[in-house]
Amino acid sequence: MSSNSASAADASAGPEVSGPASQLRRRFRLGFEWLSVVPFVVFALMFLAAPTLSLVAQAFTDPAGNFTFDNFRGLGSDQIVRAYTISIQVSAASALFGALIGLLIALALIRGRMPQGVRATVMTFSGVASNFAGVPLAFAFIATLGRLGLVTILLREVFGFDLYRTGFTLFSFWGLTLTYLYFQIPLMVVIITPAVDGLKREWSEAAQTLGASKWDFWRYVGLPILWPSFLGTLSLLFANAFGAIATAWALTGSNLNIVTVLLYNQIRGDALQNPGLGAALAIGMVVITSIANIIYLVVAKRAERWMK
Amino acid sequence: MKQNRLWAWLIVALSAIYFFIPLLATFIFSLRMRRGELSFDAYASVFSDPRFFASFGYSLAIGAFTIILGILVVVPAVYYVRLRMPWLRPFMEFVTLLPLVIPALVLVYGYIRLYNSSSLIPFTGSVLGTDILLVCACMTLALPYMYRAVDTGMRTIDIATLTEAAQILGASQWTIISRIVFPNILVAVLSGAFLTLAIVIGEFTIASLLNRPAFGPYLVNIGTNRAYEPSALAIISLLVTWGAMGMIQLLTRFAPKTARKD
Repeated sequence: MSSNSASAADASAGPEVSGPASQLRRRFRLGFEWLSVVPFVVFALMFLAAPTLSLVAQAFTDPAGNFTFDNFRGLGSDQIVRAYTISIQVSAASALFGALIGLLIALALIRGRMPQGVRATVMTFSGVASNFAGVPLAFAFIATLGRLGLVTILLREVFGFDLYRTGFTLFSFWGLTLTYLYFQIPLMVVIITPAVDGLKREWSEAAQTLGASKWDFWRYVGLPILWPSFLGTLSLLFANAFGAIATAWALTGSNLNIVTVLLYNQIRGDALQNPGLGAALAIGMVVITSIANIIYLVVAKRAERWMK
Repeated sequence: MKQNRLWAWLIVALSAIYFFIPLLATFIFSLRMRRGELSFDAYASVFSDPRFFASFGYSLAIGAFTIILGILVVVPAVYYVRLRMPWLRPFMEFVTLLPLVIPALVLVYGYIRLYNSSSLIPFTGSVLGTDILLVCACMTLALPYMYRAVDTGMRTIDIATLTEAAQILGASQWTIISRIVFPNILVAVLSGAFLTLAIVIGEFTIASLLNRPAFGPYLVNIGTNRAYEPSALAIISLLVTWGAMGMIQLLTRFAPKTARKD
């Protein structure tokens, strides 16, 4: 279809090329057409490439303006290492649990043959909840599991179980993970459900006819097909949680030691008292989310090999 | 197959509980402002605060400009790349995925360093400049979604044939994009637009670091100073998000009728 229309375009362009005037006009038209990509490229350069590269440059510059690795060595300080560790732990846990639970829900919806109404409701709600992040989400969890939250009070007064006695707070590892799951699970459901839907019933029937057990089917057919989308979403969820700040900020204010809050304080008022170190902190974040995505790309490439 | 479905119901029920409880708790909490009885006092208090409307209106305006800028930047580029330079598509996909890899916080850090008042392009030197920078920053956040929405929309129409037909009739490039391609992908663009709006209204980090009076920073301010209003605001935000997503659902239901020409 597209090759047809392309050759039609060539044919119609053919006679035009003969005259020098029309050739000029054609070149002018091409030049003009090309302009439609310019805003996009300029935008990408100004607001994606340049800011990131300027931070890279800053990260390798000492206060006197010379090239240095000191800023990256500075990332080894106790506070920063702890901030990175907590951020990575919360992001990895919320991404992993989010992806697994989201996959389970998608499987339940599709393979468990839920009624169309339930499926539509879950999908709509997931669309909303995956965007219900940031500050309002923090408010919702404060009202639920905060010190005066309804569930906290309910547990204490009805079941005699004092949640906060166990050391739980909303800005502990589990508190943050539980809160982040509220947008991670729906995001996974939104992305993975179409992939699960792509597993045809015929495939499991064919596998059964060939004598495969349910386990065999998932081991050799289902999971290998879902694997790339699963991993892709996993790295997306990781980056999603790793870069999140609004929820954490609204939950706890400035006193939570995760890397986004640290960087926020640095941008606000040079909390690390070293602009180069701040830039290195930011570049470190980009490196970590990039690694998550590179792992995904490599695994997806390998998975593709098996799918042929 | 009967017992097969019990686990499915169990999973859906358990997750429904996890997702429903915080909403219920937040709603009940928001009703408890008056001592000893349930009331809508917290909502009344929110709606009587002029800063609520000011910041919400400001975020809506930023969202509107973000959508317009997004359309102007994304639609022509996607159109031209699909039509004439398909080899550029992987590059565009890569670029539009970058905002999901580079955290917003890092980007805004770069903006503040690069476009401060003593730089070549001093966006943050004036209020208007800062607003423009905020629109561009929000546009960066919305780029992955806007690009995908427009790209999906263009996939459903045969732009090569439409373009040739228009060119034969003597239409200019601008006429083709604005009067032929754009109306055909309007539904897809609008669903991207509502998502953008939801993102901009919920945005906190960038507006707060640029010191602009947007809805996100207002929410955080209320969160640190009040007890019951935050829950009311969470419910209101949820309804706004729900509204934006509902519009997208509604639009996608209409999409095949207007876009596909079988």
